Amino acid sequence: MAQTKQEIAEANRRRYEELRAAGQELTPKGLPEATALDGAPIAPDAVISREQVPAGWYATVRLRRGEALRVIDDSGRSSVSLVGWREEDTSERINCADTVKVQWSAAISKGRVILSDMGRVLLSLVEDTSGAHDLMVGGSTPASTPNAFGTPSRNTQENFLAAAAKIGLSLRDIPPCVTFFAPVSVDTAGRFLWNSGRKRAGDFVDLRAEMNLALVLSNCSHPLDPTRPAAAEAITLIRHRAPPPAHDDPCRTTSPEIVRAFAFTDGLYA
Amino acid sequence: MTNPAGPLWIPDSSDAVYSHDIPAERPWSRVLKQGQTLRIVDSEGQQAVDALLYCADDPAERYSAQDTLRVQGSAYIELGTRLVSNRGRVMAHMSADSCGRHDTSAGCCSCESNAVRFGEATKYQHACRENFLLELSRHGLTKRDIVANLNFFMNVPIDPSGAFTVVDGISAPGNYVDVTADMDVLFVISNCPQVNNPCNGFNPTPIRVMIWDPPKA
Repeated sequence: MAQTKQEIAEANRRRYEELRAAGQELTPKGLPEATALDGAPIAPDAVISREQVPAGWYATVRLRRGEALRVIDDSGRSSVSLVGWREEDTSERINCADTVKVQWSAAISKGRVILSDMGRVLLSLVEDTSGAHDLMVGGSTPASTPNAFGTPSRNTQENFLAAAAKIGLSLRDIPPCVTFFAPVSVDTAGRFLWNSGRKRAGDFVDLRAEMNLALVLSNCSHPLDPTRPAAAEAITLIRHRAPPPAHDDPCRTTSPEIVRAFAFTDGLYA
Repeated sequence: MTNPAGPLWIPDSSDAVYSHDIPAERPWSRVLKQGQTLRIVDSEGQQAVDALLYCADDPAERYSAQDTLRVQGSAYIELGTRLVSNRGRVMAHMSADSCGRHDTSAGCCSCESNAVRFGEATKYQHACRENFLLELSRHGLTKRDIVANLNFFMNVPIDPSGAFTVVDGISAPGNYVDVTADMDVLFVISNCPQVNNPCNGFNPTPIRVMIWDPPKA
């Protein structure tokens, strides 16, 4: 028997409530513990390349599906903003809004993923010591730096622009970014807070590529970091071969939404 | 309600230079000249309105959700919010708001994200990104140009823990927002077709857009 419009609406509301309850109550309990600061050593023969990025500068990294990038905040005083595109079709790119919406959380940590705008997984957070990252405020810009530095200084927006230009992309291609080691939260009135106690020297994330990617990472102080400009220190990037994901890989199995996103991603390479 | 051109200015619907009802689920776009005010009326209530702004002279400069929130220092769009571009310029500002709660962190719905969120069967349902793709194509713009958008009348509380939820809209029939242009902007709307979450009360409805010239000095 055909459903009435009202019955369809009620069924859709029930499904939404079930997904919300699972996504905000069950899923977070199943997430893995944060990585220890001295945990998850990389086997020497798995390292592909290693690079230090000075304060204020950027690096472009191409990652093949299955490779991972370790991003290390050696000093505990850096923040690293990231954007990325699928190598074979750069119109597919990081999408912070879908990342947050699909996972029911503006906070990402070990076990979470970063999604593209096409319902696929760009990167998995296979290791993460802090879970203190920002997807809402974005990186520094020419306008955001004079307050801290007295003069416009090197900044993430111009780094993204320069890096994009070197791979044939432009201002149009720079989406909202995620910033690692940027402990931003929202208070009950909606104001942004900086939780400096959640930064430690040696914090790192391992980002496993779930598709072939071009990434840009900008090592510029976050615009909300009150310790600017003293926060300027180098960061370390280590590109390495990640172990192949097991069938119960924590990043691939967090929720029905994420299982679907991986199925769509795997379809690209089937 | 204030307007930069005068101390107190309340638009009168009889002198609007433009008025149009956007049917449920449909897109719309128009260039607002600097100083013009666009009113978006949630005619029947609980209807999310997804919106993008582009600098009319150079659409590579466009609305930036992250720049807007950084400049404002808080997470929601409200009366007085300055809508900032990816070049750090104020494109427009919220000059009136009878609803009080709007989002710019949740993005727009797409066939692809619906399939992830609600199951593969929802992939073949109309979505805001389909609207944006078609409406932007009329202006020479493509998927590359779709950035994180504004969601007027969409209620997306963000908890201190990070929990992020689209909940029932609080806009009543007739609630409106006024957006006054600080430069010439291409304003693009998708009247959201989403039926899988509460942003439209599970029932997409029409909205009205009206435009006023700046008040004469």
